[in-house]
Amino acid sequence: MNIHEYQGKDILKSYGVRIQEGIVVDTPAQAVEAARELTAKTGTGWHVIKAQIHAGGRGKGGGVKLAKNLDEVREKSKQILGMQLITHQTGPEGKKVNKVLIAEDVYGPGVSEPKEYYLSILLDRGRACNVIMASTEGGMDIEEVAEHTPEKIIKEWIDPRVGLQGFQARKVAFALGLSGDAFKEMVKFINALYKAYVESDASMFEINPVLKTSDNRILAVDAKVNLDDNAMFRHADFVPLRDVTEEDPLEVEASANDLNYVKLDGNVGCMVNGAGLAMATMDIIKLSGGEPANFLDVGGGANAKTVEAGFRIILKDPNVKAILINIFGGIVRCDRVATGVVEAYKAIGDIPVPIIVRLQGTNAVEGAKIIDESGLKVFSAISLKDAATRVTEVLA
Amino acid sequence: MAVLVNKDSKIIVQGFTGSEGSFHAQQMKEYGTNVVGGVTPGKGGSTHLERPVFNTVADAVSTTGADVSIIFVPPAFAADAIMEAADAGIKVIICITEGIPTKDMIVAKEYIQGKNCRLIGPNCPGVMTAEECKVGIMPGFIFKKGKIGIVSKSGTLTYEAVDQLTKAGLGQTTAIGIGGDPIIGTTTKEAVELLMNDPETEGIVMIGEIGGGMEAEAAHWVKADGNRKPVVGFIAGQTAPKGRRMGHAGAIIGGADDTAAAKMAIMEACGIHVVHSPADIGETMLKALGLK
Repeated sequence: MNIHEYQGKDILKSYGVRIQEGIVVDTPAQAVEAARELTAKTGTGWHVIKAQIHAGGRGKGGGVKLAKNLDEVREKSKQILGMQLITHQTGPEGKKVNKVLIAEDVYGPGVSEPKEYYLSILLDRGRACNVIMASTEGGMDIEEVAEHTPEKIIKEWIDPRVGLQGFQARKVAFALGLSGDAFKEMVKFINALYKAYVESDASMFEINPVLKTSDNRILAVDAKVNLDDNAMFRHADFVPLRDVTEEDPLEVEASANDLNYVKLDGNVGCMVNGAGLAMATMDIIKLSGGEPANFLDVGGGANAKTVEAGFRIILKDPNVKAILINIFGGIVRCDRVATGVVEAYKAIGDIPVPIIVRLQGTNAVEGAKIIDESGLKVFSAISLKDAATRVTEVLA
Repeated sequence: MAVLVNKDSKIIVQGFTGSEGSFHAQQMKEYGTNVVGGVTPGKGGSTHLERPVFNTVADAVSTTGADVSIIFVPPAFAADAIMEAADAGIKVIICITEGIPTKDMIVAKEYIQGKNCRLIGPNCPGVMTAEECKVGIMPGFIFKKGKIGIVSKSGTLTYEAVDQLTKAGLGQTTAIGIGGDPIIGTTTKEAVELLMNDPETEGIVMIGEIGGGMEAEAAHWVKADGNRKPVVGFIAGQTAPKGRRMGHAGAIIGGADDTAAAKMAIMEACGIHVVHSPADIGETMLKALGLK
């Protein structure tokens, strides 16, 4: 589960990770109030207004602005709140900004130059352990750094038996070229960050940038936090952090029906049992001359209720010109699925697009017979090849 | 001989008396699998499905001599169940459970290192040696004893491949469902290696997904090993978008190496017969074996 910057920073702070302080607000009036409060608390003169959407690239898209006085705080929050923010990760339609974070300005002058760094923690799948990645190229897109100057990325793998050790945190801080107070601060920062990562069951922390301030403090200016969905059962306090306005409305509806659905841009909808076969079905649609409109895994319990919910969600997508149902019956019996399809079809009424139902496995022939004798505008297929040919035919 | 499990394997079921455990234990028995008992903490001493129930895996092993365990324990307790099986001396641990937190699996995988056992899964359909032994949830009737081994991250897509191989007259030795999670016990390469060294297996089907580097690792090994047997490969998710999790916890494109296209290119370069449509698995294997 992805969460917002302000939510991620709250988690970090609760584990003693120093952050750029801020207050999240919904209106320009609240923004001014928040700015006053921050000045009283931190002494900051200027403020940064940051759009709270999950997508990256907010600054370039005009979603992060510096305000030098309270009038500017009001004016710039007004510009950002409610805007349709377009970044390289939002797609061309952009994302509506509902909240802004009013943050202290941490780049002020002092005894040394401020400098930005990059720090992340994630799973190394190959080694089955966590890895800390760090770079002196703070503020840059890490994938670009990895491509052009891979030598500038420092990696430290964490032994699951003992966790992060002191020498490892020191190694990273030295490799970033730090010394004196800034070095000590960075070691503390890394230790607290790793503790936060493990104890919150995170899947990814990306702190970009980590800032060394002009008075040699180390703090998180941004926080991209992804939490392990499978561990939510032991983090009841994280459940409300989900922001459904960040998700596609159809995906929200699907998850409420226990369907695993991902909206895509194509013209052929699909409904499949099993994640691997669902992906493979999308691939077959493409090879048959269509484009998949979605990923949809109905899981092991493909019955009239789940099929009907699936139909309703797929049909809400106006791009869909045909639907391919692909079920391999193992434990699930194909004749039951076929009855489910017919019942769901009748419950919905007239479905305006052709439907191809491919049933294979347990009672496949009986299933196909139920479909063929239903009198509905539904084509049956048994082999994957037949199904692919049918898709090509209905799109022609 | 096939691999991992056969007619002599003695199987216990962890999570035996739960609904999933009961249903599939019954199915496994009906297939002829030698289920010798089960474990449900607190229910030791009772009988379930005409088999003894034990409180601990250690009790079950000492009484029955079990060497294989299948786990149907809920996600919150499944990593613990894996470690208990390893500690009790189980040789092949097959974990079906989907939804185990990654943090728990990091610990469990580390714990079993150096112990004399192999973990298959989690989040997998299990292991099936055709017409001998079913330790998992695969539908038995689609299998036919034969000469092709299967390694797959996915459940129903495995059944698809099995079905095509049966219809092509080739049949199967052992199908290994390795699982769709980011951390799994046995990698694609390790499973392919088992089948490559199995005298009864004449060809291998390798089914992968977007995400991670396991298929590339397996492909490089197949080539370094001298392409001793034909391998037919498929990667699901050629049309999957970047950064979205496609059902399985591990099926997500992070970097460029995670894509289906990148994996297929490496597999092709390593001499694997790559199919772009999963409908072509059976026929391609026939051609690769020179039978068509």
